[in-house]
Amino acid sequence: MRPFSPRYFPVSDPKYIRKMTDRIRYLREQSLNAVNHITAERALLVTELYKSRMVQEVSIPVLRAMTLEYILKYKHIYINEGELIVGERGPAPKACPTYPEICVHSLEDLDILDSRKKVSFKIDEETKKVYEEKIIPFWNGNSNRDRIMQSMEPEWLDAYKAGVFTEFQEQRAPGHTVAGGKIYQKGMLDLIEEIRDARTKIPDTRCQMPDKNQVSGIRHPASVEIEELTAMEIAANAIILFANRYAEALEEEAMRHEARAMRDEGPETRDEGQISKIENRKSEIKELARICRRVPAHAPETFHEALQHYWFIHLGVITELNPWDSFNPGRLDQNLYPFYKRELEAGTLTRERAKELLQSFWIKFNNHPAPPKVGVTALESNTYTDFTLINLGGVRSDGSDAVNELTFLILDVIEEMRLLQPSSMVQVSRKNPDNLIKRSLQITKTGFGQPSYFNTDAIVQELVRQGKRVEDARNGGASGCVEAGAFGTEAYILSGYFNLAKILELTLHNGFDPLTRKQIGPASGDPASFISFDELMTAYRTQLNHFIGIKIRGNDTIHRIFADHMPAPFLSLIIDDCIANGKDYNAGGARYNTTYIQGVGLGSLTDSLTALKYHVFDQKIISMTGFLDALEQNFRDYDEFRVALIYNTPKYGNDNDYADAQATRVFELFFEAVDGHPTSIGGIHRINMLPTTSHVYFGSVIGALPDGRKARQPLSEGISPVQGADTNGPTAVLKSASKIDHLRTGGTLLNQKFSPEFFDGEEAVEKLTALIRSYFRMNGHHIQFNVVSAATLRDAQKHPEKYRDLIVRVAGYSDYFNDLGEDLQNEIIRRTEHT
Amino acid sequence: MIEGLIFDIKRFAVHDGPGIRTTIFFKGCPLSCWWCHNPESRSDKPQRSVKHLSLDGHLFEEEEIAGYNMRVNEVLREVEKDRIFYEESGGGVTLSGGEPLHQPDFCEELLKSLKTNGFHTAIDTSGYAPAEVIGRMIPFTDLFLYDLKLMDDPGHQKYTGVSNEIILDNLRLLVNTGREVIIRFPVIPAITDNPSNIQSIIEFLGSMQECRNAEMQNLNSPAHQLTMATSLRSSPQASPIEIDLLPFHAISKNKYRRFGMEDKLDSEKKVSTERLMELKALFENAGFRIKIGG
Repeated sequence: MRPFSPRYFPVSDPKYIRKMTDRIRYLREQSLNAVNHITAERALLVTELYKSRMVQEVSIPVLRAMTLEYILKYKHIYINEGELIVGERGPAPKACPTYPEICVHSLEDLDILDSRKKVSFKIDEETKKVYEEKIIPFWNGNSNRDRIMQSMEPEWLDAYKAGVFTEFQEQRAPGHTVAGGKIYQKGMLDLIEEIRDARTKIPDTRCQMPDKNQVSGIRHPASVEIEELTAMEIAANAIILFANRYAEALEEEAMRHEARAMRDEGPETRDEGQISKIENRKSEIKELARICRRVPAHAPETFHEALQHYWFIHLGVITELNPWDSFNPGRLDQNLYPFYKRELEAGTLTRERAKELLQSFWIKFNNHPAPPKVGVTALESNTYTDFTLINLGGVRSDGSDAVNELTFLILDVIEEMRLLQPSSMVQVSRKNPDNLIKRSLQITKTGFGQPSYFNTDAIVQELVRQGKRVEDARNGGASGCVEAGAFGTEAYILSGYFNLAKILELTLHNGFDPLTRKQIGPASGDPASFISFDELMTAYRTQLNHFIGIKIRGNDTIHRIFADHMPAPFLSLIIDDCIANGKDYNAGGARYNTTYIQGVGLGSLTDSLTALKYHVFDQKIISMTGFLDALEQNFRDYDEFRVALIYNTPKYGNDNDYADAQATRVFELFFEAVDGHPTSIGGIHRINMLPTTSHVYFGSVIGALPDGRKARQPLSEGISPVQGADTNGPTAVLKSASKIDHLRTGGTLLNQKFSPEFFDGEEAVEKLTALIRSYFRMNGHHIQFNVVSAATLRDAQKHPEKYRDLIVRVAGYSDYFNDLGEDLQNEIIRRTEHT
Repeated sequence: MIEGLIFDIKRFAVHDGPGIRTTIFFKGCPLSCWWCHNPESRSDKPQRSVKHLSLDGHLFEEEEIAGYNMRVNEVLREVEKDRIFYEESGGGVTLSGGEPLHQPDFCEELLKSLKTNGFHTAIDTSGYAPAEVIGRMIPFTDLFLYDLKLMDDPGHQKYTGVSNEIILDNLRLLVNTGREVIIRFPVIPAITDNPSNIQSIIEFLGSMQECRNAEMQNLNSPAHQLTMATSLRSSPQASPIEIDLLPFHAISKNKYRRFGMEDKLDSEKKVSTERLMELKALFENAGFRIKIGG
């Protein structure tokens, strides 16, 4: 095990620390102090298996299941002192494995990861050596990423290089899904029964096993389902095996405990406290061993079992592949409530114990950073956060208020733990009481960006519009940043960010990209010849549809690559109806399959179009040629004009219809271009509006924009206004933001910054509650508040050492301020602060 | 149609009455308080000034005119925009200034229209207006935010430019008519925040509180009790008068300069949190409800 760094990390408010049990305080500190580093454990095991003759003998789904089994059989079993939930993805907390079959890191990548200032992963010499000698030679040119890049058409590669869009599946597997209620009611053995049942339903003629002498890949279409179901069964058994290895290790530890107790000085020399402590831990370990023998093989029966059960499943999902958003326990307050209630009534659980178990569970998430990304993917999602988003509140499947006692207990946990991971949100429905919002705001106002606020009624309508059953929609929520999904029944795969502002730059250059100096889009007309704003918009639409077409064709190829080469039989066990369909999650086996393209830069684009309309076509203050020259010069010698652009031009975010009309216009064009296009795995393309950190990257590939933004500066994020452009206060922002039709998206993201002083008054929480309710009445999807002053942030930039625990809202997630790049830090400081 | 001279409309006003509000700032004020943080609100004419816009560390000058004429329906169109927020928060519209009562016809017309359109209305006033003017506003005003600055008349004249006699009379009148009134007390170190002024305010408001209580007791007479069953169990006391303490902030130096006006107070002095807490306790002990910052 790698020693933890001794660096001191001042964390959280002492008043919360004092409340914690010694155990939680220790585990939490340890998790915070642990240094993110790379372990070659998984890469080595995968490589060993892929070098074996298995590759020749079994089908690809079975090979993937066997790979999981091989890892879980041989990986290091780590049990932390005092922990109540066991299981680590790597050999120790924050030891992050790699996934060479998806993307193999080069030595240069590893050096960058090791030495980069932000979001670094330490790599020791031995790991590098293993990489150099064993991992890279085997996988170089053979990873899924290589497969993807070799399959993309030249137009796709040009657009990708120019920063028109990013590609999610390039370094990570599709995931973007969440556990439904099922897994809290079923064990792996139940699922194996279902698999066997599904197998019997496949017609006999199709039920032949594939020819063993065939090379990998399934030739006979009739055997696809059989292979997939066989793979699922292997995967289900693999996780049982893993849990049993933990049980064995725990049983051994219990024996060691016993032996030590006997060996040590006699009990008469110890005080009673010590004796009972040792006894307690011994029985605790025995209980943990019992739990690991029971779950995930069987359905959980106790609160503790339910948490451990989920955790094994979580580890299964994130060990099998490196899916986006890791995985997510779903509607936690709802899913756990039956266990909580039953045990509380039976007297086998106390509120305090439940809290301690939840806190242990929280620490587990924090121990698991997002697998290291490089290149463009690191730029679009540059964070340790792996986007598990705990959902609280909302409605039950019958539409009734789902808030319960556990909701508030979990909010206490969120407040006290103050951890980066897991992230958390509250779903707010008309049916939920105001005290859900008020209690949550008490946490938000402490300024660490959690929980965020989601509109359940909007989410349900969004999902129903997409054709889902209303019950499935009500059982859903949001995951990742703000993505709406039907939990347990949907694969809702984000395919990449789409640079809406870059499309304007290409339009203004008639399809030529000034960054890569290449004609990458169609000739949509010389902008100087446009006599109306509508003509400009027609040209924009031509460019937009062209590049969306390229992106969708790329998605279709990539979906097929994952379906054929990287099935995920373990994840398929969890998401309905993969088993019943005998079809893999990555091949469209889920009940609902949605592929998203995420639009970025709405505010920047809206303000740019508004500026062109206002100054060139309506006020006729400047000619298009003159305007283009100003952009070309990056506003050199155009200072006065730039002042007019910034200060005296209508802007999105001020409830000004002149500007907001361009936002809805762009939204409609984007929606028309994407929504409804079928995917190659039986799903449908949809849109949502969120950036993670891509608005910084996307800004870096664009020259000056007509809204007065200089070249290479970040774009606006989510559906938030351009940083600093909203000068009419938060109600005007919410009005502007709700003019686009959120119900036809799969999620939008709006951030608002409030100074801590705003919360000084006694009524601030009441007023923010009303603000949230109003926004949600207007069908707003999500809102989050950053409660930290610009002065604090500026000081933190100057003296990072004093602010190591400062957590801020970035986009659909929060992050340590110190871990953000300087450009992103500046961008957050510039977002308007409401006092 | 009648027009008013307005110098600002602020949405999401959260310190000018209950809930989320929109505040309409009237231009023109008969007072000239030393601590005034809206010096541009004094003159009842539009005023030119030079605004500095900053871009990449460079300053650009721009002429700005403070004050523009608006019709009632234009104001209504603005306040209509945030109706949903008023509804969710129990908010509404506040007329402030300047002194709204200084433009009585427009003020009355606007209040009437606001009420007709279902908005909660508040006036933030110095109270320096003929009683008849206040009387005209009463039917359309749900809440008066009423400034009480200095009880000593010579002091009041020195620091605000006018006598407080009419102000105190109007306040008595308002309280007697049973309108909802919140007292706003600007805490200006040494000037309004001194022991004798505080004591005088407590006495003055105390006597009004008694009047209100007496009124309440009348309401609790047997005849009333028949119709107001709920008040049988409630206290016979009227709810305590609310006083909002508005601590001085040196935020307007730049504005005085821009409008070429003399900043007589010219103070950087901040009111300490400790002092505010002391004042809060002082007033609370005297039986008032206190809010800091309004």
